[in-house]
Amino acid sequence: MTLTLELEKQKERAPVVVQAVLLGAGLIFLLLAPLFFYPVFLMKLLCFALFACAFNLLLGYTGLLSFGHAAFFGGAAYFTAHAVKEWGVSPEIGILIGVAGAALLGAVIGFLAIRRQGIYFAMITLALAQMFYFFCLQAGFTHGEDGIQSVPRGFLFGFIDLSHWTSMYYFVLAVFVIGIAAIWRIINSPFGMILKSIRENETRAISLGYSVANYKLAAFVMSAALTGLAGGLKALVFQFATLTDVGWQMSGEVILMTLLGGIGTLIGPIFGAGLVVTLQNYLATSEFPVTIITGVVFMVCVLLFRRGVVGEFYNSRLGRRLGFEHRHKH
Amino acid sequence: MTTLFGIPLQALLGQLLIGLINGSFYALLSLGLAIIFGLLRVINFAHGAQYMLGAFIAWLLLSYFGIGYWPALILAPLIVGLAGAAIERTMLRRLYSLDPLYGLLFTFGLALTVEGTFRYLYGASGQPYATPTLLTGGANLGFMFLPIYRGWAIAFSLLVCVGTWLVIEKTKLGAYLRAATENAVLVQSFGINVPFLLTLTYGLGAALAALAGVLAAPIYQVSPLMGSNIIIVVFAVVVVGGMGSIMGAIVTGYLLGVAEGLTKVFYPEASNIVIFVIMAIVLLIRPAGLFGRDA
Repeated sequence: MTLTLELEKQKERAPVVVQAVLLGAGLIFLLLAPLFFYPVFLMKLLCFALFACAFNLLLGYTGLLSFGHAAFFGGAAYFTAHAVKEWGVSPEIGILIGVAGAALLGAVIGFLAIRRQGIYFAMITLALAQMFYFFCLQAGFTHGEDGIQSVPRGFLFGFIDLSHWTSMYYFVLAVFVIGIAAIWRIINSPFGMILKSIRENETRAISLGYSVANYKLAAFVMSAALTGLAGGLKALVFQFATLTDVGWQMSGEVILMTLLGGIGTLIGPIFGAGLVVTLQNYLATSEFPVTIITGVVFMVCVLLFRRGVVGEFYNSRLGRRLGFEHRHKH
Repeated sequence: MTTLFGIPLQALLGQLLIGLINGSFYALLSLGLAIIFGLLRVINFAHGAQYMLGAFIAWLLLSYFGIGYWPALILAPLIVGLAGAAIERTMLRRLYSLDPLYGLLFTFGLALTVEGTFRYLYGASGQPYATPTLLTGGANLGFMFLPIYRGWAIAFSLLVCVGTWLVIEKTKLGAYLRAATENAVLVQSFGINVPFLLTLTYGLGAALAALAGVLAAPIYQVSPLMGSNIIIVVFAVVVVGGMGSIMGAIVTGYLLGVAEGLTKVFYPEASNIVIFVIMAIVLLIRPAGLFGRDA
């Protein structure tokens, strides 16, 4: 069975000028943002935005719905936190360890999950991630319910002190930009084209001679590794790693971010993450539980709003005039 | 004291019983999932929430209206079934023409909303539900002590599973359901109201989950989180069994429950991951699942 998600596909890419102007504006905004917003909030947002974009590499560009990405996000947070705190490595090495751990975990879970398709793939990833959750609950190095606390941020490359928020913010921003650039490079490479062909028609991709299983696994591992980048970064920003980041609710959250922003658009998940993180921050002080809102937003999105914010913009009159012409399947 | 494999026989049988109890709920829930998936092509993520609702409605009926276990065993599934049918009719129906993943995401949202609401209203901690007086106490079987309610839960769930299987395999309604699973368009062209069948199926599946919930109420604590804890395990059960056959779902449910119980005896640390490990092994050896037809 081939996946027929309502994906946005660019028939023609928007003019280079429009793209460059939007990209420049976005970068300038992010560079100046700490002047206007609370830096910890911004760093959290960037971590989740990278997480959602990495997830979207799999859902939006390969057509695989993983319900277990929390394992890579939270797993990498644990690996990075443990490496930095217990082994005393520098932050960049710590993050690389997190990425490598997430990639390895992705290879194992991906190898098992790609043996089934569609709906089963989602259930298998969910079950295996839950298994990893129980592992984290019992394993010694995660400290169970307490988590790994007071993780030092340390000195980047041995001399940049990350304990101050300015240096930390620009470090997070740099990692974020590198991560997004990597995703952009992957989806616009010949490899990315093959992934899209699998998304569109898996059977045809097989008949064209592509070993679809290998491509799916590669995409899964890349997505897991980039998710690990976000997770490791988050552990340094908040200076702790806990069970919350490996729970199934986190897997659901990243799906919501992607859905809300626009599945299969490069920048959609960034906006989705922005909306969800802002909502959580807003509700954090009230008694009202976030899950009710999250659940309702989920249902409304699926019923009425499947293109997401960015998808709707691309499809609007302004979006079309700017050259983001899109066609969609349904 | 009698021992088997170096383990006291009593402990072994005790865990076997717990395994059978858990297996009963896995079987009931994966049965409902398989019926819904068979016809609607929707993985009902809200199945856990509907199970929780069943238990909670039984608890609410008892605490606020003094309505006991036996009426609740009928009322709670009826209420949840009707609510499920209404959701199918008004919302879920719009998603059939789309990729099945949207159905999964929609029911996931539904589960979050229901669970969040109950958590908000009644807190995350569990509420005890008294065992009905008729079924209190236990029976000494000579080799072990069997609490009567647990024996009843196993027997009743087995009865419901076999009954559901008979309805689907042996009755006219079941024949319509099976035919619509194979080819809905053809069945509709014979003048059978397929949209109504879909609503009925979803309502029935939800009611089954609620029935399991009422049955579980005196055994486990009634808590808003009881559904999400069990649904992920049930997903693994469904992956192991394959959703092609109703009987497969039932048998796998009991088998994995017992496997989990026995793991508690021999290697307790692994007891909450053993079902996932079995799932991984089955995926390696037989990706379509033990009873699966479709990959």
